[in-house]
Amino acid sequence: MPLLLPEALADHAPMLAVLVPLLAAPLAMLFGNRAFAYGISFAASVASFIFSMFLLARVMDGSVLSYHLGGWAPPLGIEYRVDAANALVLLIVSAISAVVLPFARTSIETEIAERHHTLFYACYMLCFTGLMGVAITGDAFNVFVFLEVSSLSTYVLVALGAEKDRRALSAAYDYLILGTIGATFFVIGLGLIYMTTGTLNMADLAQRLTGLESNRTLRSGFAFIVVGMGLKMAIYPLHRWLPSAYTYAPSAVSAFLAATATKVAIYVVLRFMFSVYSAKFGFERDTLQLIIFPFAIIAMFAASIVACYQINLKRMLAYSSIAQIGYMLLGVSMLNVTGLSATLVHLFNHAVTKGALFLAVGAIVYRTGSALLPHMAGLGRKMPWTSAAIVIGGLSLIGIPSTAGFVSKWVLIAGAFERDAWPVAVLIVASSLIAVVYVWRVLEVLYLQPAPANSTATEAPLGLLIPTWILALASIWFGLDADLTVSVSRTAAEALLNGGFGGDAAIIMGVEGRK
Amino acid sequence: MFEMLNAFSVTPVFWFILGALALPIVPKGPLRAAITLVIPIVSAWIIWNATPGVYATASLGGLDITLMRVDKLSTIFGLIFSLAAFLAALYAWHVKDPVQQIATLLYAGTAIGAVFAGDLISLFVYWEGTAIASVFLIWARKTEGAYQTGMRYLVIQIGSGVVLIAGIALHYQASGSIAFDRLTGEGPQSWNIGIWLILLAFGIKCAFPLLHNWLQDSYPAATVTGTVTLSAFTTKMAVYCLARAFPGTEFLIYVGAVMTLFPIFFAEIENDLRRVLAYSLNNQLGFMVVGVGVGTEMSLNGTAAHAFCHILYKALLFMSVGAVLYRTGTSKASELGGLYRTMPWTMIFCIVGAASISAFPLFSGFVSKSLILDAAADNKYPIVWAALVFASAGVLSHSGIKIPYFAFFAHDSGKRPKEAPRHMLIAMGLTAFACIFIGVFPELLYALLPYEVEYQPYTWAHVLAQLQLLVFALFAFALLMRYGFFPDEKRGINVDTDWVYRKFAPAVVGFCTRLVSVVWSEMARGAGFLLRAGQTKLAQIYGPEGRVAQVQPTGTMVLWLAILLGATLAINLLDIS
Repeated sequence: MPLLLPEALADHAPMLAVLVPLLAAPLAMLFGNRAFAYGISFAASVASFIFSMFLLARVMDGSVLSYHLGGWAPPLGIEYRVDAANALVLLIVSAISAVVLPFARTSIETEIAERHHTLFYACYMLCFTGLMGVAITGDAFNVFVFLEVSSLSTYVLVALGAEKDRRALSAAYDYLILGTIGATFFVIGLGLIYMTTGTLNMADLAQRLTGLESNRTLRSGFAFIVVGMGLKMAIYPLHRWLPSAYTYAPSAVSAFLAATATKVAIYVVLRFMFSVYSAKFGFERDTLQLIIFPFAIIAMFAASIVACYQINLKRMLAYSSIAQIGYMLLGVSMLNVTGLSATLVHLFNHAVTKGALFLAVGAIVYRTGSALLPHMAGLGRKMPWTSAAIVIGGLSLIGIPSTAGFVSKWVLIAGAFERDAWPVAVLIVASSLIAVVYVWRVLEVLYLQPAPANSTATEAPLGLLIPTWILALASIWFGLDADLTVSVSRTAAEALLNGGFGGDAAIIMGVEGRK
Repeated sequence: MFEMLNAFSVTPVFWFILGALALPIVPKGPLRAAITLVIPIVSAWIIWNATPGVYATASLGGLDITLMRVDKLSTIFGLIFSLAAFLAALYAWHVKDPVQQIATLLYAGTAIGAVFAGDLISLFVYWEGTAIASVFLIWARKTEGAYQTGMRYLVIQIGSGVVLIAGIALHYQASGSIAFDRLTGEGPQSWNIGIWLILLAFGIKCAFPLLHNWLQDSYPAATVTGTVTLSAFTTKMAVYCLARAFPGTEFLIYVGAVMTLFPIFFAEIENDLRRVLAYSLNNQLGFMVVGVGVGTEMSLNGTAAHAFCHILYKALLFMSVGAVLYRTGTSKASELGGLYRTMPWTMIFCIVGAASISAFPLFSGFVSKSLILDAAADNKYPIVWAALVFASAGVLSHSGIKIPYFAFFAHDSGKRPKEAPRHMLIAMGLTAFACIFIGVFPELLYALLPYEVEYQPYTWAHVLAQLQLLVFALFAFALLMRYGFFPDEKRGINVDTDWVYRKFAPAVVGFCTRLVSVVWSEMARGAGFLLRAGQTKLAQIYGPEGRVAQVQPTGTMVLWLAILLGATLAINLLDIS
């Protein structure tokens, strides 16, 4: 993918991918003009997306880019470090943002009071900036900073749903408390690491940690980081904040968060597990086997079964997300390249699929004002395009061949077989069958039940349909043509497992004199 | 796509499809019937003028499709199919039902297409085409029985197509070729499963013994005109396929010999004259299969010639019995008799057909059947030869004598129907003329055969031997009639091996179904109880109010967080591994 950028931009692409949305946030707020706020946010998202594509194209061959912020050389200076793994995450986040924003422009009309619209765009941009920053930075403490940037704005975004449903406030409050505790755990973990090594640069940390396997402070730090981020990614028993937050947030926010926020958290854990700490550490293997693996399996089943009983479609999708996170963690816990690439490819495919589904539900909410299944009877005929997008997303969620979901599950099962863990493969298939149940429930309501006589629902406006269908078609496209996603994931997984991140990097912006 | 269409447009099938498409647009009446008459003439003209070779090729997904493979073997079958389509259309001039007219066109068209197909894929397409088009000729009778029969027929015909495509797929996997050519290779022991399946598919349509029931079941059930059409194509298409793909496969000789023999006995005791003819059709196919099995130039000539003649005289016999059925409403021997008074022309044509099928000298059967008989004798199959001679005598008895005798003579049924309609008489007259013409001038037929013919049917030895056979058979028939030994024509349904699937299998299946349903319902009750209990439990835990799904106070979640952190810390610090 020879993506050409002017040299001046190309050199600074890692920094610009974060800086552009960061600048867009206050601008959106300051001018107080909704159209302007939307325009600049959208432009920033698209710009970030272009930079992300450029970065991914440069690191697809397995190389690593290093960008020294302000020319200050690491480990003292802050470094942005890009390899295939975080380039993929950057691409997911920026692509979803660029697709969701046009949707948000229409959907927030009915969900958020007009005076809050510019605030919405500003928070959205901050959240976006935070997620991009978490993914791109090579500095451990910088991760925490960006994490807080995204988290704080997320709390606000969720709370904006209160216009429609006051329960959004308590959801946001829960999320705030728990998220803060999670972030605190994370920063405690960082503190413990810093105490021992005296550095916060990831590549530097990786070097200094070798041989320190028996150090208890470092081990405790690892536990704090995994549990802290575990909360952010809604690992099974720590998932309780997620359903309410996704249910009561405005539709566009649900779609954006579902597709990106947990993914970024997973990326952080991967980064700390494999690039900072190492898979060679015995305690890390134990954690994966005794904590992550069983909870991943439980998530796959328990969350899916709960999803079957939900009558709120957004809540159902939220529980389904928890189950999907189970799949991703299962891939990690396999500790082989195939399993890890399954995690990464599912990161991408699930973002596309869940994004499409949340957007489609958002379109229904826009027209009918409700995300409750009983209120959706017969919408298959009233809103054919929206409903068809739900069908596609649902099929991909189940993992029907020729959809994106199939590709991830295929790779995941291949990973299980590589470990000779065929019972795990059976469990993957069995839990997919539960997905059939909850997806079918939706399809039954949409297509097989008659619409109530007084239903006035009509097809959603194009402003909502186009973003929805972009993601719906993408979830078919990446099911049919999985070369790109699978190869990038594989490169990323290999780099993670073999510690390629800490190795030689192409320094694209470092001031010669200060090196 | 365009390549495919281009290739398709030079085949005769194209015209049949075009005709079938045009038919509903054309106003009702003679114009429609005229289309069904003209298309076969066009087809025959195309085939007659086609230069030998392979053309109309296209590539479909990497497979080489050949729609026109013109050589002498395909030409003679293509010509006789066109001729048969023409005669059947003439015979059916009075039919106003567009469904039958379209079905006839498509049926004849796809059969001709199959004959010229040079690859197995297009053969398969045409193969299924004949099955689907022909079933409408049975359904057109519009009785409940005809509907059921049609369904049985369709299942078996489509089934043969499924077997065929499975065989093609396996054969392609094994050999990488889909060419429709000689598949015999090094003999049956070298065949892969695909070739066996292809042979099985051919065998089903060719009504091999035990695979034959669909024929006697369905042909008599079709409409008066439909049966005439049906008798010409399906089975002879299969014979052509066998001659193309499996010449010289020795066990086919024995299969053929059995085919010539067993229908005789069923034909002798059968009451429905059209069913008698269906059995005799099966017996005639046996001769052709023997010819394929022997596999010499002479025997393959015999097969082609016999198929040619057989289509004509079998159509003639079906036409005459059909005319009787058309006029009297029945084709049962026990209800007919004495019709020569009012249907003399039909009677004469019927006798011409009977003489042809019995292979009287100067009739068409004589010049073709003797090719096969002599080929069998020349190639040292004395037992087979004897069986064929016996079968020839049987043919005389059940088709040559029984059909005209019981329909037009025998005891007077008191029926005085009108003579057959004029267009039927013309169709029968033309067919009868062709039968006699070929019998008198066999060289013209021989010139069309796939290989050079150096054969003189009219030698004293041949003629005498055949006359001996025929006279003795007549004599035997006369004796049996005189002394009352000939099986009476009785109402009733003779049970063939189709009893297995019409009575026995349904009974077994019915029993199993009941057994399974009782066991299942009991199990389902038990399982339902457990399931409901399980569901309730599941809903208690996972349902909206369940423990797992409840919205819990923040403190509880923090507790979980603490527990998980404790567990992780413990694992990390305790050095488990």
